[in-house]
Amino acid sequence: MPPEEPLTGSAGPADTPAYERVEPYELVVNGTRMTVEDAWLGESLLFVLRERLGLPGAKNACEQGECGSCSVLLDDVVVCACLVLGVDAVGSRVETVEGLTASGEVADIQAALVEAGGVQCGFCTPGFVVALHDLLRRAPSADDMTVREALSGNLCRCTGYGRILEAVRAVQWQRGAGVSTGEGPGDGA
Amino acid sequence: MRVARVALPTTVDEAVVALRDAPGAQLLAGGTDFCVEVNFGLRRPPAVVALRRVRELRRHAVTPETVVIGAGTTYADMGDPGLSSALPALAAAARTVGSPQVRNAGTLGGNVATASPAGDTLPLLAALDARVVLRGPSGERTASLGEVVTGVKTTSIGPDEVVVEVVVDRRPGPQQFVKVGTRNAMVIAIASAAVVVDVEAHEVRVALGSVAPVPVRATAAEVHIADAIDWRAAGGPRASEGALARFGELVAGAASPITDHRSTAEYRRLAVGVIARRALERCVARAA
Repeated sequence: MPPEEPLTGSAGPADTPAYERVEPYELVVNGTRMTVEDAWLGESLLFVLRERLGLPGAKNACEQGECGSCSVLLDDVVVCACLVLGVDAVGSRVETVEGLTASGEVADIQAALVEAGGVQCGFCTPGFVVALHDLLRRAPSADDMTVREALSGNLCRCTGYGRILEAVRAVQWQRGAGVSTGEGPGDGA
Repeated sequence: MRVARVALPTTVDEAVVALRDAPGAQLLAGGTDFCVEVNFGLRRPPAVVALRRVRELRRHAVTPETVVIGAGTTYADMGDPGLSSALPALAAAARTVGSPQVRNAGTLGGNVATASPAGDTLPLLAALDARVVLRGPSGERTASLGEVVTGVKTTSIGPDEVVVEVVVDRRPGPQQFVKVGTRNAMVIAIASAAVVVDVEAHEVRVALGSVAPVPVRATAAEVHIADAIDWRAAGGPRASEGALARFGELVAGAASPITDHRSTAEYRRLAVGVIARRALERCVARAA
């Protein structure tokens, strides 16, 4: 966030009020062109999404790529929005959990997480939904180890993960994707 | 109010020009280190040249003699079948970096230029005597990894230079990377080791991470084990229990670790000997 306006958490040097503003820039988020104005150069994509574009689905927790709660898709690749500079997303397609929810493509993932008890406090859930969506479209039949590796960057402190893994298996079953038990086509993560 | 310059070049040459035109500009690759520092107020770039759009940096080329890896190659890209079959230990090291999200963003060039003692690709690059190709306003230069990575998070890369690619010679034979941390994912190395066995040159190359300011080669261990291995044994090279144990001791002796919030010097020294030996045992058989 701009050092001049320390709203919460981290900020730049407090003794330098004038911050490095960037020219207004456009991002394409969930298929919609959006303009970012008056932004500081150092603002992360996460900050821009949440504080400037009104999209709070990606959650702000660690700001260092450890927790995955800010997972978004950048040109179809899952990344931590806190580790992308807002201006560096110019010209790319950004998809957030809001877009995936609106399109209905993650409805079964969301329902399965609720059904299996994979949601407790819910703070990590949007990140899990994005990471799971990314995994299951690349590797619909991913085996347990592949699922665990794909989710290793998403931290949940409530569920102990067992119920989240149960939800993944439920989605795979509902989608008719046979879950493989070893290395094979469709396992590539 | 200042308007900061942001350059989004699509070629290396454009990036070099952009760096020259915006004094003080900082290069941004995958952002996995850069953005953490910005988020925590430890880095405040007056201008940025972002490299994510430079497609030529994401190329790699595997020939019978060498592997050339573009600086923009992500950790995820290092698992590409062609690249990982030529450099399996690089793919293994890359797979231990952070999480899928981090591996989708972080790059080889960033790992070199950040020059963290814990940089996971650096031990293998050191073991293979990697050359780093840099481009600046006056053209390209090639330097060894040791010339580039000079200390803890310090390099000899000029403020106007871009890391273009890393070149290594191929070595026929097995190679392994082993890393110790507190869990399997999302962990910064407490100690790491890369072992490369060259079955034609009858050479073993060992480099260590997180146990010195820069990646170090365990040369005494290399000389000892190359001499001790029976290279012509039926079923492939093998070494005796005693030779392997001595190898681990010599590796530990090559380390100069520190105690910090992640571990102690004593544990790092012990661990690096154990994992280097383990990596070697995955490359050569133990003689009965």
